[in-house]
Amino acid sequence: MNLRLLKKALLRLGFCGAIGVLLLYAVFPFYYAVLTSLKPSSALFQVSYWLDKPDFSNYAAVLQQASFLQAIGNSVFVAVCVVALALFLSLTAAYALGRVKFRGRATVLLLVLGVSMFPQVAVLSGLFEVIRALGLYNSAWALILSYTIFTLPFTVWVLTTFIGQLPGELEEAAIMDGASPWVALTRVLLPLLWPALVTTGLLAFIAAWNEFLFALTFTLTDQERTVPVAIALISGGSQHELPWGLLMAASVMVTVPLVLLVLVFQRRIVSGLTTGALKG
Amino acid sequence: MSKLKLDKVNKQLGGLRILRDISLEIASGEFVVFVGPSGCGKSTLLRLIAGLESICAGDLLIDGRRVNDLEPRERGVGMVFQSYALYPHMSVYDNIGFGLKLAKTEKRSLRERVLETARVLQLDKLLQRKPKELSGGQRQRVAMGRAMAREPDILLFDEPLSNLDAALRVQMRNEIARLHASLGTTMIYVTHDQVEAMTLADKIVVLNAGRIEQVGSPRELYERPVSRFVAGFLGSPRMNFLPARLLAPGAHSLIETPALGRLAALPFDSSALAANSPLSLGIRPEHLALQKAPGDAGLRVVGVEYLGCETYVHLDVGEDEPLICRCAATAEWRQGDRVELQPELANLHLFDADGNALPRHPTPDAATLRALAQGYA
Ligand SMILES: Nc1ncnc2c1ncn2[C@@H]1O[C@H](COP(=O)(O)OP(=O)(O)OP(=O)(O)O)[C@@H](O)[C@H]1O
Ligand SMILES: [Mg+2]
Repeated sequence: MNLRLLKKALLRLGFCGAIGVLLLYAVFPFYYAVLTSLKPSSALFQVSYWLDKPDFSNYAAVLQQASFLQAIGNSVFVAVCVVALALFLSLTAAYALGRVKFRGRATVLLLVLGVSMFPQVAVLSGLFEVIRALGLYNSAWALILSYTIFTLPFTVWVLTTFIGQLPGELEEAAIMDGASPWVALTRVLLPLLWPALVTTGLLAFIAAWNEFLFALTFTLTDQERTVPVAIALISGGSQHELPWGLLMAASVMVTVPLVLLVLVFQRRIVSGLTTGALKG
Repeated sequence: MSKLKLDKVNKQLGGLRILRDISLEIASGEFVVFVGPSGCGKSTLLRLIAGLESICAGDLLIDGRRVNDLEPRERGVGMVFQSYALYPHMSVYDNIGFGLKLAKTEKRSLRERVLETARVLQLDKLLQRKPKELSGGQRQRVAMGRAMAREPDILLFDEPLSNLDAALRVQMRNEIARLHASLGTTMIYVTHDQVEAMTLADKIVVLNAGRIEQVGSPRELYERPVSRFVAGFLGSPRMNFLPARLLAPGAHSLIETPALGRLAALPFDSSALAANSPLSLGIRPEHLALQKAPGDAGLRVVGVEYLGCETYVHLDVGEDEPLICRCAATAEWRQGDRVELQPELANLHLFDADGNALPRHPTPDAATLRALAQGYA
């Protein structure tokens, strides 16, 4: 009897320990960034894991840079446009791929997946030419275009899987009620796809928000830069000084909105929205 | 003029011929039931009529107009799906009114129509609920309401009761019958369930492997099946089939079966067949009377099923399956008893080797039968 209790307690301890390790592993870098951002630069290289008195001078300094605020605005614009565009395109594509039977459907799906396997660097020069040809160089639209290209395979794939799982009779019922494909998609299927849309939309947003390589390559001036590039270009008082405090403060400021976004939308990422549609 | 007419309709899917030359006429206000074994194409046929599947060859006419190429909504057809397929994010009210809304019905009359539909289906108190807050039977009714709200001329049902429990099934079955009587809409109904088919239908269509096997009233199909398939499909317990041999072809047949011996003067015309042709004798369980046999003669009782209202007695006839007789509940047969069979000759069925029923004479009166029987003996 006692042995069983002991075993149970030990198992529980091990479980909590494992969770603790995982949490530490995931959260520690972010925690240390927050910590660093709240230290005055004089205290920067004293290693400590706790803070006695937060110091907001780094944040104040970052916010005084007009170019940084501009970069945040650009990032918001780019990320929102990418999400909207990617969701619209992938939703309509996923409807066709998941519901309409046509020859070569599997091939198209594999192609979509294949495209997403290229590393960014591989397409960089080609994409650069395209953007120059379209006259989009050094504009937010260059980023929106390139991010959408890289987001679409993933969103299309996820939404196709989701749409394929919705009961076919639901859409047929809408057709019998006189719905066109567009109405069936927007009024009947879309409300059931919310969890998938929120998930893929969030991931697309995060990808666009954090992207660095394209942002660095396709923009030139402070007016068009996005946050990751702006942070990388923050420089210190001299050539040999890296302003860690400023960097960390800026990073924390652009990460917190993402965390909030996930927390807000996770309520919508609930399963079981289709309950009641079918028998049972 | 018929309400709905199918003329040599064919359907192929993936190189497979799923429906072959289906020709059928359905009158206005009729209740037609499609039955058949699983996979015979009932759902496919219904979906062709609805417009959810395209027709490969042949014509579909509604009110005399060819509708092959019309959209489902242009055909004036409503459909109740097997899984009710209610819109889970809409209230009952919106579910019923969705089609009307899409048809741009004016708000006041939309409301009236939805309320009227809900009243007919006794859904008045549930209008604000979501589908997940409804019981199975209520969901079923909402699905019917959604199909009815646009007041289609033809209502299609694909196994609408198949997932309900037995009691609810009976209740909903009666409700559908009541609805048909009060609305007078033409209804086409697919089911596996014989009782549903027999009780609801004006006309039953028996399908087998993509073909129409027989069309007729429940009574016609039960009493005069044109093939062994139909005979075996309708009726529970199903018809007994005994192998038989034709002794003397002619206007009245003389046959011999291992189990029953010689049967003379049967009311079937077998002149088209050769002597000694193999036949199949069909006897419904209720058309057999049992009598105690002396000693070791007759057939052995191998099983007795007591059901309260009646008793099924299983007899060993040397075949794989026992012969089943339907007896009164008071019958006191025991396993191992020996019995003699007395089939009702007028109610026998005779099928040739291909499973087609032999042509049957109008039932002769008893005196003729006796005279004929003596002539043979
Ligand atoms: N998309 C398809 N491609 C190829 N064959 C199909 C397709 N859909 C159905 N079939 C075939 O068509 C035949 C008829 O199917 P259908 O669904 O009409 O049968 P059913 O009579 O309704 O059966 P059940 O009583 O089980 O519902 C089946 O043999 C099935 O295998
Ligand atoms: Mg079916």
